[in-house]
Amino acid sequence: MSTYQEFIQQNEDRDGVRCSWNLWPSSRLEATRLVVPVSCLYTPLKERPDLPPVQYEPVLCSRANCKAVLNPLCQVDFRAKIWACNFCFQRNSFPPSYAGISEVNQPAELMPQFSTIEYIVQRGPPTPLIFLYVVDTCLEEEDLQALKESLQMSLSLLPPNALVGLITFGRMIQIHELSCEGIAKSYVFRGTKELTPKQIQEMLGLMKPATSGQQGKPLAPHDAAAASCIFLQPVQAVDMNLTDLLGELQRDPWPVPQGKRPLRSTGIALSIAIGLLEGTFPNTGARVMLFTGGPPTQGPGMVVGDELKTPIRSWHDIQKDNARHLKKATKYYEALANRAAVNGHSVDIYACALDQTGLLEMKCLSNLTGGHIVMGDSFNTSLFKQTFQRVFSKDYNGEFRMAFGGTLEVKTSRELKISGAIGPCVSLNTKGPCVSDNEMGVGGTCQWKICSLTPATTLAMYFEVVNQHNAPVPQGGRGAVQFVTQYQHSNTQRRIRVTTIARNWADAQSQIQHIESSFDQEASAVLMARLGVFRAESEEGPDVLRWLDRQLIRLFMFHLRRSPFLQVFNNSPDESSYYRHHFVRQDLTQSLIMIQPILYSYSFYGPPEPVLLDSSSILPDRILLMDTFFQLVIYHGETIAQWRKAGYQEMAEYENFKQLLQAPLDDAQEILQTRFPMPRYIDTEHGGSQARFLLSKVNPSQTHNNLYAWGQESGAPILTDDVSLQVFMDHLKKLAVSSAA
Amino acid sequence: MCVVGIINYLFIYCWSCKGTRGPPTSGAPPVSGAQNYSQFGQGENQNGPPPMGAPPQRPPVSQPYTPGAVNLPGPQHPYGQRFGAPPVSMQHMTNQMASMQVGSTAPSPAGPGYAPPSVSQAAVSAPYTPAAPPTFPPASTASSQPLPTEALAQAPPHSYYGALPPVQQPFQNAVPTFSSAGPTQPQAPPPVSPQSFPQAPPISQPPFSTAQVHPGPTQSYRGPLPSTQSSFPRPPHPTSQPSAFPAGPPPTSIPSQLPGVMQPQPPVSQPSPYHSGPPTTSTGFPPQVGAPPRPSFPGMQGPPMASQGPPMASQGPPMASQGPPMAQANHILPTQPGMPPGPINASLSGPPPQPGMQGYPPQQNGAFGQVRGPQPGYTGPYPGQPNYGAPPAAPASAPAAPKRLDPDSIPSPQASDMPPVQKTRHRIDPDAIPSPIQVIEDDKANKGSEPFTTGVRGQAPPLVTTKFQVKDQGNASPRYIRCTAYNMPCNSDMAKQSQVPLAAVIKPLAPLPPDETPPYLVDHGESGPIRCNRCKAYMCPYMQFIEGGRRFQCGFCNCVTEVPPNYFQHLDHTGKRVDCYDRPELSMGSYDFMTTVDYCKNNKFPQPPAFIFLIDVSYNAVKNGTVGIVCQELKTLLDYLPRENPDVESNIRVGFVTYNKVLHFYNVKASLAQPQMMVVSDVADMFVPLLDGFLVSVSESRVVIESLLDQIPEMFADTRETETVFGPVIQAGLEALKAADCAGKLFVFHSSLPIAEAPGKLKNREDKKLVGTDKEKTLFQPQVSFYNTLAKECVAQGCCVDLFLFPNQYVDVATLGVVPTSTGGSIYKYTYFQAPSDQERFLNDLRRDVQKQVGFDAVMRVRTSTGIRATDFFGAFYMSNTTDVELAGLDCDKTVTVEFRHDDKLSEETGALMQCAVLYTSCSGQRRLRIHNMAVNCCSQLADLYRNCETDTIINFFAKYAYRSVLSSPTKNVRDSLVNQCAQILACYRKNCASPSSAGQLILPECMKLLPVYLNCVLKSDVLQPGADVSLDDRAYLRQLVSTMDVAESHVFFYPHLLPLQKLDVESMALPMAVRDSEERLSRGGVYLLENGLNIFLWVGVSAQQELLQNIFGTPAFSQIDPNMTSLPALDNPFSKRLREIIESVRAQRSRYMKLMVVKQEDKLELIFKHFLVEDKSNSGGASYVDFLCHMHKEIRQLLS
Repeated sequence: MSTYQEFIQQNEDRDGVRCSWNLWPSSRLEATRLVVPVSCLYTPLKERPDLPPVQYEPVLCSRANCKAVLNPLCQVDFRAKIWACNFCFQRNSFPPSYAGISEVNQPAELMPQFSTIEYIVQRGPPTPLIFLYVVDTCLEEEDLQALKESLQMSLSLLPPNALVGLITFGRMIQIHELSCEGIAKSYVFRGTKELTPKQIQEMLGLMKPATSGQQGKPLAPHDAAAASCIFLQPVQAVDMNLTDLLGELQRDPWPVPQGKRPLRSTGIALSIAIGLLEGTFPNTGARVMLFTGGPPTQGPGMVVGDELKTPIRSWHDIQKDNARHLKKATKYYEALANRAAVNGHSVDIYACALDQTGLLEMKCLSNLTGGHIVMGDSFNTSLFKQTFQRVFSKDYNGEFRMAFGGTLEVKTSRELKISGAIGPCVSLNTKGPCVSDNEMGVGGTCQWKICSLTPATTLAMYFEVVNQHNAPVPQGGRGAVQFVTQYQHSNTQRRIRVTTIARNWADAQSQIQHIESSFDQEASAVLMARLGVFRAESEEGPDVLRWLDRQLIRLFMFHLRRSPFLQVFNNSPDESSYYRHHFVRQDLTQSLIMIQPILYSYSFYGPPEPVLLDSSSILPDRILLMDTFFQLVIYHGETIAQWRKAGYQEMAEYENFKQLLQAPLDDAQEILQTRFPMPRYIDTEHGGSQARFLLSKVNPSQTHNNLYAWGQESGAPILTDDVSLQVFMDHLKKLAVSSAA
Repeated sequence: MCVVGIINYLFIYCWSCKGTRGPPTSGAPPVSGAQNYSQFGQGENQNGPPPMGAPPQRPPVSQPYTPGAVNLPGPQHPYGQRFGAPPVSMQHMTNQMASMQVGSTAPSPAGPGYAPPSVSQAAVSAPYTPAAPPTFPPASTASSQPLPTEALAQAPPHSYYGALPPVQQPFQNAVPTFSSAGPTQPQAPPPVSPQSFPQAPPISQPPFSTAQVHPGPTQSYRGPLPSTQSSFPRPPHPTSQPSAFPAGPPPTSIPSQLPGVMQPQPPVSQPSPYHSGPPTTSTGFPPQVGAPPRPSFPGMQGPPMASQGPPMASQGPPMASQGPPMAQANHILPTQPGMPPGPINASLSGPPPQPGMQGYPPQQNGAFGQVRGPQPGYTGPYPGQPNYGAPPAAPASAPAAPKRLDPDSIPSPQASDMPPVQKTRHRIDPDAIPSPIQVIEDDKANKGSEPFTTGVRGQAPPLVTTKFQVKDQGNASPRYIRCTAYNMPCNSDMAKQSQVPLAAVIKPLAPLPPDETPPYLVDHGESGPIRCNRCKAYMCPYMQFIEGGRRFQCGFCNCVTEVPPNYFQHLDHTGKRVDCYDRPELSMGSYDFMTTVDYCKNNKFPQPPAFIFLIDVSYNAVKNGTVGIVCQELKTLLDYLPRENPDVESNIRVGFVTYNKVLHFYNVKASLAQPQMMVVSDVADMFVPLLDGFLVSVSESRVVIESLLDQIPEMFADTRETETVFGPVIQAGLEALKAADCAGKLFVFHSSLPIAEAPGKLKNREDKKLVGTDKEKTLFQPQVSFYNTLAKECVAQGCCVDLFLFPNQYVDVATLGVVPTSTGGSIYKYTYFQAPSDQERFLNDLRRDVQKQVGFDAVMRVRTSTGIRATDFFGAFYMSNTTDVELAGLDCDKTVTVEFRHDDKLSEETGALMQCAVLYTSCSGQRRLRIHNMAVNCCSQLADLYRNCETDTIINFFAKYAYRSVLSSPTKNVRDSLVNQCAQILACYRKNCASPSSAGQLILPECMKLLPVYLNCVLKSDVLQPGADVSLDDRAYLRQLVSTMDVAESHVFFYPHLLPLQKLDVESMALPMAVRDSEERLSRGGVYLLENGLNIFLWVGVSAQQELLQNIFGTPAFSQIDPNMTSLPALDNPFSKRLREIIESVRAQRSRYMKLMVVKQEDKLELIFKHFLVEDKSNSGGASYVDFLCHMHKEIRQLLS
């Protein structure tokens, strides 16, 4: 490893880990002084095509409160067939199956290149994946049609043995029975009455197996629950039925009077979905997929009343404490989310509407359970259609890029304790020796539940150095962290992925340069940003900004401050929730894009080049491609736009112009193909209304205030009162050197 | 044996009583006969020869006699003593007979008096005696007795006859007969009496004293009856006479009054005629008047005529001789004539009395006939009955009536003090007491031919049993409104004094026969119907136009209202508008108004109504087949939803729900390929899961609906769910209607007690131990209040609920029925439903229920002239205030009974007016008003009131009143108060309208002569006096059923229609004359058809002719008749065809399909059948007619004393 750059890259490739510091300060005091905590971004299921899983059980440390997994950092006595746990120093003998172990015959987990290793284990019978569609029928005809088609299409994407269920809702909630022939049956619930899980299960006839006598023939018995559940059936068995059922799906038939919103019982629909799964398949991987076209308007969890004259809450209302339903609804959905999380079920929200749909209140459902949130304008857009399709994308092995029911456990060596995690997880409240009292993010535990995982799911883990200043770590000592992730693979196997990392301790006083050079600016930016977002979710905006200003990390923070993750101005509460949702789960690269959008410039003067995200980059003869993660904007400069309008690209002699026009499109397409969720794709030009997407992102180095720049060929002025980066930096410098900072 | 013994004792007792009276003469002989009868009654075989009893009775008789005699003199108090006196029977008496005895008192007088009374009319009596003596030795004694008998008068029946002087004569004869009859009865009575008596005893005693005579009679009703008979005659006469008399005799024309009165009069005038008369009367009163009657029944008359007074007696004998002929041709003349004689001859006692009873005689004869020769006598009697034509008798009595005979009778009996004689008399001959059949036949004969025009105020319509045509000339047809009294007392004092209920039984949407014009539809344009400004009464013939037609004065409140310009019309010289006859609202009693939007709920024209079918698919329902049957039937039935214009499709939308513990709604939208089922398991908080697609038009969604109905039985074929809910089911229907913003009807097909956890959950509370206790009423009350609240909501929405029950066990009809009965719905109950045998009944009910015309969301208001006010309402409805009757649904079978009370004085000039306005939504969704106007007379003389009453309607009212009272009072109290009120009515009559007469006479108003028998039927009905085998559900069911019955239904329900089929003439369209509901009147050789509106029984005598059986069943062997058959084989012979036609036509008359049950004599099923022989003592302790009559008499006497 020549440079830290490479080291970092290598580590990330191998373990999916990016640390803020790659040398750890050896005492609490020093660590605190570093401002950026010892922390890392961890991608538990980082795709490792080169890493075949091993088909045996991991070997665990025998100490009851340790149970660390045998790893390359352990010291092994091949003769005595004994290994020493590198976390608790317990000496363990190898199990009998390791009898043949020797220095030349080592199991994979002892080899350094297998610092990350995956085990396939047998844990009870394999349980099929479960997909429960919860579909809003209060949609426009066109939207509903599009949604129906998407859903029908999705059936072909599901694993054939997966169980599917369908709940539709509007004013009422219907759970459809899928096994029946002839008459289509469904159970109906009212959208206004909150039911306990027990009531729901009773009403669905889940309490006593086979009481109703109206179900069809006995099912292939996976287990009793499966047999009694007429609502969740293998895709392969009910494919046709379900396709027909979806085909016959009607818009909610209840009339919507003038001046009213349709009554949408999202809250109860979700509670029934979760109740159903809870009663039938607890602790089994399942996705509840909510497709909604508007805010919940009745019953528990309602976000806004059905009077159109009362608009849905805005940030302004929330700040004025004028959002009547906010707290109640949030509380309601949080309770639901926790129930789902406890049972290992995740909730996806696909919200497609021009107005808000209550994501602010419902976000916890996905945030806590690892579900997706996708926000679009309509189900009849490629954004939704492709994003939805991408949910079911497969990896190089032809397996779904999703995993369920994950549990992440963190073990640390003695000098470290775990403070918390930020990501799509919930605490399992497991106390242990390595749990810090000092919480950052979701803390107070060394285990987290991640109900749904994708290869991109990334958690930020924060640690605390607990070594006292006066008890120095032995020179050359290393601190170690082990991540143990148990999960249900999409092929229904239970797997355990173990990642063990180690970093050297460094004395901050003597080796400060080393520590400095081990600083991972990108990772730190993201880690700090996550902290910021986490705080923003739970605290008042200005406070967070102030906190962040005190933490400052070079220019990322400038953009972060302006980003929708912290700024609510110009964003609806739903949008903010949506952006934050994705921010706290994407991997580092994506997160960076989110913080500081990438701007490419295309021109006749050379190959495409990244340019500063600055208003000065907006030039008439350039095409700009901006990727903010959520949006992909192609901006044609004034001249280019005129040319295009003139139709030069159609002329053979201007072939090059045509190519120029095509280049950003191709690049954008490339991004579109891989990103989840699909970004909003915008093709605009100078003066176009949609150009605002670009203008709102760039650094307002030229505004209507500094007119001196006018007329220069240096870019476009931005009409804003925001300070430019320059001003920000100047101010920052001043603060940095002042004692008050 | 014991029974017999007891009977004897009883007899004795009676005898004693009678003895006191002195009827013995007749008594003795009759007794024997009587006993036999009674035995028959008790025993199985009516036919059975009576002889047996006779002997034993006699002896006792004699003994008691003396004591009885003693007693007689002494009134109540003496009674006890008497009892003592009549050592033999004493105890028994007290126990059993006691109450009966009541009559006895009467008997004493009656016994003797009876005959006498009737005879009483001096003249008559005279002849009587002669007659009697001749006829029967006992008769002679009887004759003497007669006088006393008169007192007994219970004779009301007799009275009719008695009224007829001539009759009386016969009476005397009769008396003896009676006595004989008495014996017969005694047998029956004894048993009865014991039970009934027990109750009575306490009361009875006092009465006893008073009615010592009665005791006698009561015991052996017949005994008393005889006496009564005589007296009876008088009462009737009196009643009838008063009113009728005037015009009566000659007027014949006035059927109602006249009949009763007339007869009496005629008789009066012509004693002899009477005899003949009676019979005549029956047939054609008119003739009665004069000689005609006689002529009419030549035979009849002839004999009577000849004998008239004395002749009668002679006749009697002849009768006997005729007896045989009688048998053959029960028919009129022969019988009658024969009858009287017959009886006499036969068992001297029995028959003779009949003669005495003019009208009755026939019956008696019949009875006699039976006694002697079961059938023959039988038939005879009937025919005779007509002859009795009570009328003739009546006439006779009438004459007598004026005087009331009493004096004579009383003195004579008492005076005579012919102990032995009296004894004989005591027995009351059932034929001597008023016969419902006779009255019905008379009415048919008198009023059936001419159309009934409603123009004359205060005119009583023909009886419900009479077929007649109505011409609306300004008052509502009796098919819409029947009143208890057509001549109301002017003030409340009179009303209170008389105790006659003032009520109207209103059937607002009653169907009319094809030959009558349905109500016209009147449209007053945009401003809506024209109404009085003050009381809001609608324009009707009672509005008086004044000031040249510019204003009108309201007939109800006298307020003057401007005539709207567009309604103005000039008046002619009589003050009538010239367009009077062009406008239904000015000239008709009934018509419809179109209404405006102001008359609609929420000021919005209503949506077309909807029918929702809610089908129980729990295990029980699937297993007993109802699910399959309902679904199959609905497929065709849906094409016959009610519509106003037969050429247009019905506007009614339909919806389907199935349920067990949860509810399944079905989306049957036309656009669907398959129906969709939506399960609602949140029964705690019911809601409707869908709107669009639930209520659909049949024609649009036919395919989907059929697919659904095909699949429902399959889907639930293997269900194992046994629990059901009920409250949520109705809530579901209600919510659906609410959601669709329309009114409608729910058809709920339900099988079991709803014990699943849900609102309205019930528990099994059937506890027979409570029956007869003060807590019994709780069994009629709903066990939870949930359904009352629900019913209220249903009414507010116009949601009518019809409930079809298929229980295998207790389902708590009292609770489940709350909603149907509060919403104008019906309950149908098919206990132990079995598809093969009950399917037809259920399907026919269902078809009719679905197809019948119905109005929704109805509000009925009855406005009356100042002076009276509608104060109480009975029926299936809900009232949120004191004036508006709210009916979520009002179908063509539903009846509302309204009671009026005075709040001021009425004037004789204007009479009393009432206007019943029903605002409803028709099945096509139109909002309409149905108006019925009714005017009755007002009187300041009680006699007028009594002359214009309709007993059937009074009974309808009483039954409804009593059936409602069981909700709040112990049934015993209810029974007692009924008896009490009745006694007061009759006592008031006796006191104020009948001329002074012996207290021993029972005098009944002509119009109310059947009141005792009908009242007895009400009293012993399952609701008020249940047998051990009557379930609580049945009682609750009947209770609710009766609450909506019209007069015709309640009449046949309480007094079933019993047709002797062996007399069926296949060539004629006429039905054979019915026979009275008594086992004695069944002939072993006959086949009878009995129907009460709910069931049809075909009773087959063990010795029925083979040919008859062959014709009916296709087998000549009695033993090969399958008692389980529910329909008769379709045989190709005229008899079979005709019989099946009859059954069909009878069924067609009733609102519910009647399942046919074949009952073989001496089969175990016969017990059920016997339950419907309401003149007999019932197993549950209900008194026999004779016993009850005596009891009544006792009560009356008590009131008078």
